[in-house]
Amino acid sequence: MEVTMIDNPVQNPQREQRAPAPAAIQPEEPPAFQVENLSVWYGKKQALFDVTTNIPSKTITAIIGPSGCGKSTFLRCLNRMHELVPSSRTEGSVRLFGQDLHARDTDASIVRRRVGMVFQKSNPFPTMSIGENVIVGLRLNGVRNRAILNERMEKALRMAALWDEVKNDLNRPGMSLSGGQQQRLCIARAVAVEPEVLLMDEPASALDPIATMKIEELTQQLKANYTIVIVTHNMQQASRVSDKTMFFYMGKLIEYGETKQMFFQPAEKKTEDYITGRFG
Amino acid sequence: MAFQSANNHSLRKAFSFLVSVGTFFCAILVIAPLGIVFFHLVDKGASSVNWDFFTKLPKPPMESGGGMANAIAGTLTLLALAAAVGVPIGVLGGVYLSEYGSSRVNWWLRFFGDVLNGVPSIIWGIVVYGLIVKPTRTFSAYAGGVALGFLMLPIIMRTTEEVLYLVPQGYREAGLALGIPRWKVIVHIVMASALGGITTGVLLALARVAGETAPILFTAFGNSFWNHRLSDPIAALPLQIFTYAISPYDDWHRQAWAGALVLVCFTLLVNVTVRFLTRGRTVKV
Ligand SMILES: Nc1ncnc2c1ncn2[C@@H]1O[C@H](COP(=O)(O)OP(=O)(O)OP(=O)(O)O)[C@@H](O)[C@H]1O
Ligand SMILES: [Mg+2]
Repeated sequence: MEVTMIDNPVQNPQREQRAPAPAAIQPEEPPAFQVENLSVWYGKKQALFDVTTNIPSKTITAIIGPSGCGKSTFLRCLNRMHELVPSSRTEGSVRLFGQDLHARDTDASIVRRRVGMVFQKSNPFPTMSIGENVIVGLRLNGVRNRAILNERMEKALRMAALWDEVKNDLNRPGMSLSGGQQQRLCIARAVAVEPEVLLMDEPASALDPIATMKIEELTQQLKANYTIVIVTHNMQQASRVSDKTMFFYMGKLIEYGETKQMFFQPAEKKTEDYITGRFG
Repeated sequence: MAFQSANNHSLRKAFSFLVSVGTFFCAILVIAPLGIVFFHLVDKGASSVNWDFFTKLPKPPMESGGGMANAIAGTLTLLALAAAVGVPIGVLGGVYLSEYGSSRVNWWLRFFGDVLNGVPSIIWGIVVYGLIVKPTRTFSAYAGGVALGFLMLPIIMRTTEEVLYLVPQGYREAGLALGIPRWKVIVHIVMASALGGITTGVLLALARVAGETAPILFTAFGNSFWNHRLSDPIAALPLQIFTYAISPYDDWHRQAWAGALVLVCFTLLVNVTVRFLTRGRTVKV
């Protein structure tokens, strides 16, 4: 039985102090994200309450919780996409391998190059071909060398398990692909800029079961190179794909732990109720 | 009871029929002038639209023959100058409204844009007369182009804003999430997606100002000969039509009709082009 690496801070705020001296800790990779006391408001409405947590690197973390509980808000704070809502305001800090992402002098576009995002609705750019869609992030960030672009295009499409399906149609419009292929194209587009983290907000909720399965397999392969945080409404999906699970409820992080632990022995009554389908 | 409701029913049906017929009649009435004008122009002007009309300069009064080649070239030149002024400013203004402006600032910009759109075109002629013609002490193609460009601004700004609003937010988010700087997202992703719609707005604005006469009178002034320098007065089709129409010569009258026919055909052509351009696009006006 694995031990929960990070306890729920709400439930057990003293843990840090009671932990053994650093020297005694097993040599573990440092966490990718360190989120401290993160609160978010949209205008006067508070959407996230004082979230403190770590997200380990090279693992898949699932975020679950009922609609409106702040999953997307939390996810978007990890690459500063929350800033697109003009009324939004945050407190607290989000660090990626030590760098304060929300700091005033941190450039949002550099944050987003390190932390990529895949959206619920697949959104290939309508004026661009399949190939152009994949490399647009590099091209518009100043990469001009055609050989490098072609190499990265193929690499990204292979990573997204799409290369074999489209290698002869790279000049066709991105929109001409099926829904599932479009979503994998968006994943290829995101990984082409070689981020460290991939955020996915319900990436498979608009797809059929087979396309969903492909996306899930893909996340398993990507895990070797990327830290992945995935929002899902599908409990089976969360338990299948993720190593860690976070449960949000009404803007609060209620429970966070190993996925197996969360699904078989949740510590919190609310988590259990949600997982067993009693609400949400 | 049953009888009464049946009666009501047929009454209502008859009334509804009358309303639909009445509104249809009004709709026809709205577009009827187009047909009348067009057939009248073809009737009076078609016989004078010939090769000479497009290639020859006007002849002095009482001499028959000649054409409006300089006026046609003049109008095209003025439209090009107007586009050079109106398109960049108007499009960027629309980009501001759609992509950057806060709702309060936008409210004022739209309000003044609408006011500008309602300002009679002759006012623009006078304004540009004061701004350019007087200081340079000459009527010029430049001045005419600027006056028409001003007229295009509010139209282009508004259509650009509207087509950019139609670009789904998801494309902007996807672009920004790749770490692409915002202005590049706007130019290469948002505006590229709306290019058909923006072009449509520009073409419609050009068609709309092509027939303006009053602002041209105060700025480009007109010219019976070819224009060789843009800092000199230049001929324009609507102006030439006006001059010929109020002249006492039958030959000039015929040419005025021909000019009017060409101008209407130009407008028609632009509208057909626009329809063609926007066919099957993701984003349209
Ligand atoms: N742009 C916005 N402006 C104002 N309020 C917002 C905005 N986006 C989200 N909210 C509010 O913040 C809260 C959290 O929203 P969020 O989108 O993070 O929820 P979610 O858990 O992702 O829900 P879902 O499962 O439906 O996607 C909600 O109450 C929502 O109404
Ligand atoms: Mg959401």
